[in-house]
Amino acid sequence: MSGGTGGMFSGGSQKAFTSNLKKIYTWYTGGFLVFVVALTILEQMGLPRNWIGYVFLLATVGLYAGIGIMSRTSDAAEYYVAGRRVPALFNGMATGADWMSAASFIGMAGTLYLTGFGGLAFIIGWTGGYCLVALLLAPYLRKFGQFTIPDFLGARYGGNIPRTIGIIAAILCSFTYVVAQIYGVGLITTRLTGVPFEIGIFLGLGGILVCSFLGGMRAVTWTQVAQYIILIVAYMIPVVWLSVKYTGVPVPQAIYGSVLQKVTEREEVLLKDPKELEVRGIYKARADEASAKLKGLPGSFDAGKQQLAANVDKLKADNAPADQIAAAEKAVSAYPKDAAAAKAQWTKDAGAAARAAPPLRHAQAFPGKDEAAQDVSRRNFLALVFCLMVGTAALPHILMRYYTTPSVKEARQSVFWSLFFIFLLYFTAPALAVLAKYDVYSFLVGTDFSKLPQWVASWTKVDPSLLSIVDVNKDGIVQLAEIAIGGDIVVLATPEIAGLPYVISGLVAAGGLAAALSTADGLLLTIANALSHDFYYKMLDPNASTARRVTISKILLLVVALAAASVAAQKPADILFLVSAAFSLAAAGFFPALVLGIFWKRANKWGATLGMMAGLGVTFYYMAVTQPWLRSVFGVTSPIADNIWWGIQPISAGLWGVPLGFIVIIVVSLLTPAPDKETQDLVEHVRYPNLVGDTMKTLGT
Amino acid sequence: MQLSEKHREYWSKNLSITGILLLVWFVATFVVGYFAREINGVNFFGWPLAFYMCAQGSLIIYVVIIWFYARYMNTLDEKYGVAEGEEQ
Repeated sequence: MSGGTGGMFSGGSQKAFTSNLKKIYTWYTGGFLVFVVALTILEQMGLPRNWIGYVFLLATVGLYAGIGIMSRTSDAAEYYVAGRRVPALFNGMATGADWMSAASFIGMAGTLYLTGFGGLAFIIGWTGGYCLVALLLAPYLRKFGQFTIPDFLGARYGGNIPRTIGIIAAILCSFTYVVAQIYGVGLITTRLTGVPFEIGIFLGLGGILVCSFLGGMRAVTWTQVAQYIILIVAYMIPVVWLSVKYTGVPVPQAIYGSVLQKVTEREEVLLKDPKELEVRGIYKARADEASAKLKGLPGSFDAGKQQLAANVDKLKADNAPADQIAAAEKAVSAYPKDAAAAKAQWTKDAGAAARAAPPLRHAQAFPGKDEAAQDVSRRNFLALVFCLMVGTAALPHILMRYYTTPSVKEARQSVFWSLFFIFLLYFTAPALAVLAKYDVYSFLVGTDFSKLPQWVASWTKVDPSLLSIVDVNKDGIVQLAEIAIGGDIVVLATPEIAGLPYVISGLVAAGGLAAALSTADGLLLTIANALSHDFYYKMLDPNASTARRVTISKILLLVVALAAASVAAQKPADILFLVSAAFSLAAAGFFPALVLGIFWKRANKWGATLGMMAGLGVTFYYMAVTQPWLRSVFGVTSPIADNIWWGIQPISAGLWGVPLGFIVIIVVSLLTPAPDKETQDLVEHVRYPNLVGDTMKTLGT
Repeated sequence: MQLSEKHREYWSKNLSITGILLLVWFVATFVVGYFAREINGVNFFGWPLAFYMCAQGSLIIYVVIIWFYARYMNTLDEKYGVAEGEEQ
């Protein structure tokens, strides 16, 4: 199984190979820690902050590029599935990095901070899905042993139609996802070095491409292992430090229960605090005023304008002090230019109503004003968990990773290592959210405005959408309701909140970059392979030589990467929705056909074809009629309330698509002839790791 | 290719362990989630129980499910003679 180039990631027996890998990555981890320590010392000696940013960016991206160059290959098995010799432990790390995106690394703890218990749907959804991968898919796909997920659909269901639907579904969910990753790369690069967003995107793109372009799955795998190590170190250091600061114990995951209790006590105090009520009252009044003015349009526009002008005249006539007149004149010039501008401004002001709401209780499950609202909240929580789990078990860039292990046995172990490495970050995120909340509720709230901590001052300057504090009731003291916080700041500012040197902030940014780059790599490879292997080789030109296939794959990779980067450079709205939509679409498109293909011999071509189409169709339809952005794209005008089924949010549309997919496959398969003997033999073939007398060949074992 | 009685037994054992583990998965996820409001009143080392389960407890159960399945199946492969040959 050799044929690749580059010495470090090939050669020797599997056992020697594994122990060699362990040696390489142990040295690598040690070297990385030495690098961080050296930078810390340099910072103490006066290395400027933006230099630290540049060093981190260049060192890490250069490292990934180096691994890419060392693992360059034009051999098909190496390019598509890393030669099928990735040991379980390392495939687990690579899957972990592949899986954890910029959203997991930077956004997750923030989501938990903002939504409390509700956000835990992402934690269990994005981990529990691996049970489905392990029990229902990974070992069988490994035994099947081809190159892509549409490969399996094509072989199991026969003919090009199931394969084509597989290609479309794979591209649909991977492309939206990769756009979000490249967007994340742009943001982090900008923050790390201060270059403009568009340049940041293309810098990051270079880092992604040099890897996947030169070495395909092989380079991506070994880079992802390196990226996992960086991201997990970067995530843990600040949280452990913060935990020591507040609890004296360096194991935040084991100890934050007591911190959560303190947060809960503070919540009860802040809910009733008269100053808090005052600030919330001010927001309520502002929102009410804006809504009243909105209702009064267009008359209220002129009335408001005249009133301000009259106010200036009156002050001038009364010989009021100059600063009062100046303030009144400023109000006139700040007044919206025309009725349309006024509408936009007041709509925004009416949004202040959200800030008039009392803070949520962090640990409370399914809050709601009455029994019915609480039930809808619970239903949506469980529906979201379901869609995220089934979607996890259907995303092609993850399933593809289990083709790269040497055997079925290692594929099973590899799912365990995957989840274990993902688990390390996911069970830390809720701890980080609670620790950050404790800091804000107990120390920031109640601080004098003249004595705000350093991190608050610096982050409000960097980006007001991440953090802004305004003294609404003019008492000079920070109230909780006066703080507007964006989720991403929780991870980004943790090193400063914990009082760590700036190097750690650079490390966190490098970790976020590693998370985004590794996921983008895996996704780009999935899309390029679906097009080159499944579409070009299997459907257009089955006689294409190996070298030609790999070359075409590389060219497509470039094209797809550039397309994704140019979409990301537009800063598309609703990018978070698109990512979540990918899960529902993957769940509805792939999961029923894959699982029934393995566990039910009777499932046939027409059942799978129609089932996949029905699942994708109903999922997409439900999103199109209930999600505001998609509604505007498709010009849907009927009220959302008429289109919503059972109160389920559009993000969980897969709740309808997955069961429908199963039902259609079963019903249609039973109405049409059973699959032929060869297909039934294939099912037996994948069910047993080694079958005596089996004539089918599994690649790589 | 002809499947022997032993093969069928292997497959049915695989199906039952898969079913049992999926049941555990379902309880840890959806039953706990459904009754989260009720069980959140229980204090578990400082955490409300439902919060703890969704933030850590269920995750640990997932890891154990997958670990157990890999171990069980790899032993079963050996026992029923369907294990792969020694890797190179």
